Amino acid sequence: MFPAPSNTVEGVDLAMLIIVAAGVVLLLGITAAMIYFVFKYHRKKGHEPKDIHGSVLLEAIWIAIPTLLVLGMFYFGYIGFETIRYVPDDAFIIDVNAKMWEWDFKYENGKDTDTLYVPVNTPIKLEMISLDVNHSLFIPAFRIKEDVIAGFETYLSFTPQQIGSFDIACAEYCGLKHSMMYTKVVVLSKEDFDNWYNEGEDAQQQSVPTGQAGIGQ
Amino acid sequence: MANGTVALEEKSFYEESTNRWNKGILAWIFSTDHKRIGLLYLYGISAFFLVGVLAGILMRLELIAPGKDLFEPQFYNQLFTLHGVIMIFLFIIPGLPAIFGNFFLPIQIGAKDVAFPRLNLLSWWIYVVGAIMALISIVLPDGPLDTGWTFYVPYSVRSGTNISLAIMAAFVLGFSSILTGLNFITTIHRMRAPGMTWFRMPLFGWSMYATAWIQIIATPVVGITILLVVLERYFGIGIFDPTLGGDPILFQHLFWIYSHPAVYIMILPAMGVVSEIIPTFARRTIFGYKAIAMSSLAIAFVGYLVWAHHMFTTGISDTSRIIFSLLTFIVALPSGVKVFNWVATMYKGSIDPKPPFIWVMNFIFLFSIGGLTGLVLGSLATDIHVHDTYFVVAHFHYVMFGGVGTIFFAALYYWFPKMFGRMYNIKTANIAAALYFVAFNMLYFPKFIMGYMGMPRRYYDYLPEFEAMQQISTVGSWLMGITMILIFGSLIYSMKKGKKAHKNPWGGVTLEWHIESPPTLENFHEIPTVKTEPYDFSQLKEMDYESK
Ligand code: HEM
Ligand SMILES: [Cu+2]
Repeated sequence: MFPAPSNTVEGVDLAMLIIVAAGVVLLLGITAAMIYFVFKYHRKKGHEPKDIHGSVLLEAIWIAIPTLLVLGMFYFGYIGFETIRYVPDDAFIIDVNAKMWEWDFKYENGKDTDTLYVPVNTPIKLEMISLDVNHSLFIPAFRIKEDVIAGFETYLSFTPQQIGSFDIACAEYCGLKHSMMYTKVVVLSKEDFDNWYNEGEDAQQQSVPTGQAGIGQ
Repeated sequence: MANGTVALEEKSFYEESTNRWNKGILAWIFSTDHKRIGLLYLYGISAFFLVGVLAGILMRLELIAPGKDLFEPQFYNQLFTLHGVIMIFLFIIPGLPAIFGNFFLPIQIGAKDVAFPRLNLLSWWIYVVGAIMALISIVLPDGPLDTGWTFYVPYSVRSGTNISLAIMAAFVLGFSSILTGLNFITTIHRMRAPGMTWFRMPLFGWSMYATAWIQIIATPVVGITILLVVLERYFGIGIFDPTLGGDPILFQHLFWIYSHPAVYIMILPAMGVVSEIIPTFARRTIFGYKAIAMSSLAIAFVGYLVWAHHMFTTGISDTSRIIFSLLTFIVALPSGVKVFNWVATMYKGSIDPKPPFIWVMNFIFLFSIGGLTGLVLGSLATDIHVHDTYFVVAHFHYVMFGGVGTIFFAALYYWFPKMFGRMYNIKTANIAAALYFVAFNMLYFPKFIMGYMGMPRRYYDYLPEFEAMQQISTVGSWLMGITMILIFGSLIYSMKKGKKAHKNPWGGVTLEWHIESPPTLENFHEIPTVKTEPYDFSQLKEMDYESK
């Protein structure tokens, strides 16, 4: 089987599966009970209605069981989240600047692109800041996003596991061309990435100096 | 109570004015009668709702194919903002309390009016002023605002559109909400008829009570936030604007500290209506009265503690994300309790599924989907993925439209004969309910799938892979448009031409079903003394009701 596009996918999909499965069961149960009662106790059948004022036992049951269910859901959400937020010490750091309506990726060696290139199976950390309004870097295939704010830095971390190219969208409304603020993350094999990373070192000299790339103001 | 002969001589509130004008518009817009004020709200709010629907249908048209179809991106951005602002501030927040709360809360607790009738009229006027300000902001030269209904800074500080006037409209509308809340709390504390103890109060009253507290406590926060944005725009005080050293995330905290509780301002009254309708049509007492009443209060108070679940991706600390996620799951529980109690109320009833009940069944299904998908948003891993995507758009339409909107219609169908003294066509109402169900799911269900696939919200344009589902959704919006025409067309027709309704067409037992349809100016000939719990159907034997 192919690995998921990134290490963050599995935890999200698992939490989703569990919540949706429990949700479908609950929804079907509620709906079926409702429809069954409507037919079973239809006025045409001439039952005498029975005034049942409640049942402490039932109330306790339908507080206790859902409580356990939601604690379970919380747990799986939490586990997936820990994976998403975990940044290995050796993560490869890329600075991200967002502005209306484009992305700008700056690498430690001074490379500067509008498409994100990353090596496969390498932990990546994006250190992100906005130069104007709020944006949000969203990689649907990896199931992750984090807002990109002016004034302080936020980060995203992931380990790509599949070679290929995936969409990056802006998920925080940022005005006129918000829906056109797309770019790609291109996951390369380690060799391809190294070739790309080291090619035209000279051509990169005139690009923005590294280091202070993050801070807009 | 009142027997038929007296009723014939009695004038209804339509024929008796509370001010010096007997007839005409002035007798209405300066009336202090809670019923007239309720109806004024009904007409205004319905009109705004239809404008909002129109904006929604226009957006769906633009989304029928990728690329530009009808209009420019700026107009799309203004359209969803307008749609959101109208639906939130002019339709769904005031909706049920202002219309049905005004009309039925005093009657259900055996009062002649609310505690402060003139303040009530003032609330309506403030609503009108706020609405006019919003309308003016649309036509002024800089154009309607384009920030989304959430007015996030820094965008809202920078946008060149008419932000200040539009958000001041929301500020003004807030006062209407606060004053209505104040009025209702006082009314419930002070105006209950003899014998109407707290636990004999219909559950609609409980839900209005919980709602009113949120209106009073939470609304000032958004008021202050709006003022700060306006100050920021004009004077650059540097609270939110990062270029001046401000914190854009602070805005989001303040905004959601109001706007999250505000979703309970929307949903609690709807839950109250459900708790009225189910017993009436099942003709048995509600299951778990206290559990339902107390869960309203629980929702009202725990609801304050979960605002940051709208901010799981904003860079707030991981610890706070974890705490807010946990709290969010906890606040889901009281809503679940209500749903279970409603379904249990159908058990061993004698169910006559007339239109209001059918609409409630729609509600239970749609609201359950809305609530259960809310769990996906409460869970951290999944929210990081679906936050700000169509998944959220689907979720809140299921909750607000499928939940509150559906109950807006259920309440209309339930209380229509009482408000207008006439009956609508039952078959048409049932067809509308069925159409609504199909249209609704067609319009919004695909958005869950698109959201999980990565379609962000507030997008004028989209990638080709979403085209098929976008189109299903657009066709759904047409069906929804037809449903709205059917509903409003048939109800407006019935207001004028419908058959005279029986004063108690459903066999309800709460106090509004004891009085005339439409009610008299003072509602009761004499203030009733309440001797039973609210849903005691044994009294039906002595009541005058339509039995078939
Ligand atoms: C026929 C009825 C409706 C249609 C076709 C419709 C459609 C839409 C569409 C297409 C969007 C924009 C999605 C996006 O681009 O992100 C939207 C947003 C929204 N809708 Fe509706 N909607 C309808 C009814 C309602 C109702 C009844 C409510 C509230 C009770 C509501 C509340 C909202 C809100 C709050 C937004 C968010 C606006 C924003 O992003 O600032 N809608 N709707
Ligand atoms: Cu953006």
